[in-house]
Amino acid sequence: MEIGSTVPDSVSSRPRRPVRSWRAALVLVAGVIAVPVLVIIASLALPFSGVWQHLLETVLADYVINSLLLMAGVGIGTSLLGVSGAWLTGMCEFPGRRFFGWALLLPMAMPAYIIAYTYTGLLDFTGPVQTALRTGFDLSHGDYWFPEIRSLGGAICMLSLVLYPYVYLLVRVAFVEQSTAVLEASRSLGRGPWQTLFSVALPMARPAIAAGVSLALMETLADYGTVDYFGVSVFTTGIFRTWYGFGELTTAAQLASFLLIFVFIVLALERSSRRRMRFHQGSLRKHPSRIVLRGWRGASALLVSLAMLFAGFLLPAGQLLLWAARNWRGTVDPAFFHIVQNSFLLASLASACCLLVAVFLAYGKRLFPGKLEESLVRLASIGYAVPGIVIAVGVLIPFAWLDNRIDAFARDTFGISTGLLLSGTLAALVFAYVVRFLSVSLQAVESGLTRIKPSVDESARSLGLSAGRVLQRVHLPILRGSLLTALLLVFVDVLKELPATLILRPFNFNTLAVRTYELASDERLADAATPALAIVLIGLLPVILLTRSISRGGGARA
Amino acid sequence: MPSQLQLHEVTVSYDDFTAARNVSLTLDQGQIGCLLGPSGCGKTTLLRAIAGFQPVASGEIRLHGNLIACGGYSLPPEKRKVGMVFQDFALFPHLDVRRNIGFGLTDRDRGDRRQREDEMLQLVGLAGYADSWPHELSGGQQQRVALARALAPEPDILLLDEPFSSLDSELREQLAGEVRDLLKRNNVTAILVTHDQHEAFAMADRVTLLQSGEVAQSDTPYNLYHNPANEFVARFIGQGTIIAVTVGENGELRQGPITLHSAARHGQPGQALRLLIRPDDIQYTEDSALRLPVVGRSFRGAEYLYELEMPGGQRVHCLTPSHVTVPVGSKLPVAFHLQHVVVFTP
Repeated sequence: MEIGSTVPDSVSSRPRRPVRSWRAALVLVAGVIAVPVLVIIASLALPFSGVWQHLLETVLADYVINSLLLMAGVGIGTSLLGVSGAWLTGMCEFPGRRFFGWALLLPMAMPAYIIAYTYTGLLDFTGPVQTALRTGFDLSHGDYWFPEIRSLGGAICMLSLVLYPYVYLLVRVAFVEQSTAVLEASRSLGRGPWQTLFSVALPMARPAIAAGVSLALMETLADYGTVDYFGVSVFTTGIFRTWYGFGELTTAAQLASFLLIFVFIVLALERSSRRRMRFHQGSLRKHPSRIVLRGWRGASALLVSLAMLFAGFLLPAGQLLLWAARNWRGTVDPAFFHIVQNSFLLASLASACCLLVAVFLAYGKRLFPGKLEESLVRLASIGYAVPGIVIAVGVLIPFAWLDNRIDAFARDTFGISTGLLLSGTLAALVFAYVVRFLSVSLQAVESGLTRIKPSVDESARSLGLSAGRVLQRVHLPILRGSLLTALLLVFVDVLKELPATLILRPFNFNTLAVRTYELASDERLADAATPALAIVLIGLLPVILLTRSISRGGGARA
Repeated sequence: MPSQLQLHEVTVSYDDFTAARNVSLTLDQGQIGCLLGPSGCGKTTLLRAIAGFQPVASGEIRLHGNLIACGGYSLPPEKRKVGMVFQDFALFPHLDVRRNIGFGLTDRDRGDRRQREDEMLQLVGLAGYADSWPHELSGGQQQRVALARALAPEPDILLLDEPFSSLDSELREQLAGEVRDLLKRNNVTAILVTHDQHEAFAMADRVTLLQSGEVAQSDTPYNLYHNPANEFVARFIGQGTIIAVTVGENGELRQGPITLHSAARHGQPGQALRLLIRPDDIQYTEDSALRLPVVGRSFRGAEYLYELEMPGGQRVHCLTPSHVTVPVGSKLPVAFHLQHVVVFTP
C-alpha cells in the first residue's frame, strides 16, 4: 500500500520524476507478467523438431477438428441453456422465478472435470443408471444401446452444463436493462409478445450472448481435466502429452501457440461484443413488466429451470455427497488434511500476490492515465483468456533457462552446482497463477476504483488531507469490499485450477484438485469425491457473492 | 361521423392506487389533444391505457368507433393500430434507420414497404440517413425517426409521451411547431402528454388538464388561460396570483381602498370573492396615483418582473419595460386593467 501513499505526495512537489519511475515500474511488472505468453509466441521462431512430422501425420488434424467441434457444441449448448434461463428469470413470471434467478448460477461452483467424473460414475456400465436398466428390463451387456458418456458429445454436455452461467449472467443483465419502452414500441407497431422476443429482445441481447459465449469458449479451450478423462484429443491434452510423453518442451510450446490462435480469435470476438454492448444498453426499466406464465406454460418454465439446476448442480453435488458420506472414513486422514493445507497455502499466496500486483497496476493507471499505461495493464491482464497449460509451458521455459544460467554462473564462480533453483518450486507455480488470474483481481480492484470519482480525491485534498491520508481515510474504506472480492475470487480459482498445477507443482506436492484428478484417473471415483466436494463447497463462495449482486438487480462479474 | 378517440369515464388503477378517475374526452379526426398536468397527475397512465399497456378498471375507450378497452377487457397493444412516440424514443438499437421505420410494416410486400419507408424518411427530412444507426443520430434526429416509425403503419391515432422532454429547451419549441405542422398536413389524430404548458399550447387544439387523476378542465388553450374553471386551473396555467376581493356597492371589485375593476357584474355588493390577477393585468403607469411597494424584482432582458405588495399583504406580479427601474423598498406607480375578469367564490 505504500505505493499509493508516497507517490501522490511527491507528485505535488516534483511532477516529473515519479511519473517516469512509475512508468518504468509499470513496464517492468506488465512485461514480466507477459513473459510466458510472449515465450509461447516466440517459440514459433525456433526450428520445428522431428516430432512435428509425427504430430502432423497422426494427431494434429484431430486436435483441430475436435477443438472446433467442442467449441461449436459448447457454444450452442451454453447459449441455449443460458438464454432460456435468462429469458425465464429475467423477463417472465412463474412460480419459483426469484429462487431460480440466483440458483441457476450454482453450476458455476462445479469445475468441469469434477462434473465429468460424477456423471461417469453415474452413467457408465457399472453405474447405478445402467445397472437399474439391466435389472429392471432383465438385459445383459450388449443387449441395449446406451450413449457413451466418455466421448466428445459427453464433454460438450459436461462443459455446457457448468459454463452456461457465463451466458446466463450477461444475457440476464442485458434483458433486465432493455428499456421497456423499446419492447412496448414493438408491441404498438403490431408485434405480439413472442414476435417481440425474437425480433427485438433477442437481437438486442446478441452482443451479450456473444460475450457470454466467448467467455465459455475460453474456458472450453482451457479445459484439460474433462477432455483428458473422456479421452478427447484436443490441444490441451496434446500439449500435455508432448511435454510429458516426448519431453519435447519446444514442441509443446509451439503446439500451445497454435492453441493461442484459437484463443485470440475468441478474445477478439469477446472484445468487439463488449464494445457493441454499450450501444444496446438502455436505462433501467421504469415499468418493469414481466410476461406472466400461467398454467402449463408456468409449469414448463418451472420444469426447464429445475432441469438445468438439477443436471448442472443438484445431481452431481448429491452424488458427490453420497460417495463422500460412504467413503469419508477411508479418505479423510492426515494426508487429506495435509493436502487441504497445501491447497490453502497456495491459494492464499497466489491471491495475495495477485492483489498486490493488481493494486499497483490499477493505481498506476489511475494516477498517470495514458495510452501506454492503458495498454500495459491490458497486456498484463491477458492471462484470463490463456489456458493454464499454455501458461505452464510458458513459465517452464524461462525458469529452466534462468536455472541453467544461475547454475552455470555458480559453477564458474564458486565451483558449486545450484541445480534447479526455481523450476519445480512454489515460486514458479505462484507466478503462473498470477499470470493466469491477475485479470480477475484487477477487474475487482478497478471496478472499485472507478466508483471513486477523481472529484472525491480532490475534495478530500482540499479539506486538508494528504494523499496518504486520502488513501487511508477515503480509498481503503471504499475499496475494502472490492479488495476482499479480489482475494476471494482468485483464491477459489487457484483452488480449482488443474493443468498448470499438474505441470508446475513441486515433486510430490499435492493439492485438492490434483488429488481429485489422480484418484479419478485411477478409477477411484468414490474416493475422489471427498476432495472434489471440498472444491465445490469452496467454489460456492464466489457464487454466493454473485447471487447477492443479482438479487440487488446488479450486473455481472466478468 | 364517430369521433376518432373517445374515453368515457375511464378509471385506471394500480394495485391499490387509483391513477385516473372517471376521465372522459373526445378527439375528432385530425385533432391534436393534450393531457397536461403536474407529475403524478395520471396523464402518462391514461396514455398507456390508450396504448394498451395498462388495463382500465372501468369505463370505455373507443378508437375509430371500436371498443378497445373497458373494465375486464383489453385489446392487446399490437392489435390496436396506435402509434406511439416514447419519451426516450425507444429506437431499436440493433436496426438501422430504415429498418426502424419499416418495423411495423410487416403486412406489406417488399416493394410497398420500401416505398413507404422512403416516403416517411422524406416526410421527416431524413432522406439521407436511411442507413445510419440510431446511436449516430442527434437527439432531434432520433425523435424524427421515432415519429416516422410510429406514423409509418398509418395508425388510427398517434400517442406522444413527453416527446420533447429529452431535448434542449431551444430545440424543443422549434420541434413542437414542426411536429404540429407535419401532423396537421397529414391529418393525423394525435394525443400528447406533457407537463409543460408551452408545449401543450404550441401543439394542441384541445388541452385536458388533469389534477390528481381527474379532469380539472378540458378546453381550448385560449379558454384554459382566460376562462379557467377553478383555482387549480388558474394557478397552473400562466402566471397569476389569486387575491381576496370584495364587491363594492356599484358592483366594482375592490381590495381595501383600491378599486381593481369597476364595471363588472360579479356577485352581490359586500360579497367576498377571489380574483385572478395575471402580470399583464397590472400596468406600469407613470402618473398613476396608485403606488404599490416593491418587494422583489427580477430582470428578464426585455422586461422586469416586479413583485408588489397589496394593502392586504398579498403579493401580485407586474411586468414593466426593462428601463423602468425601481429599487426594492420603493413604490411603483401602477394601474389595474383587467381584460378578462376571472373570479371564484371562496
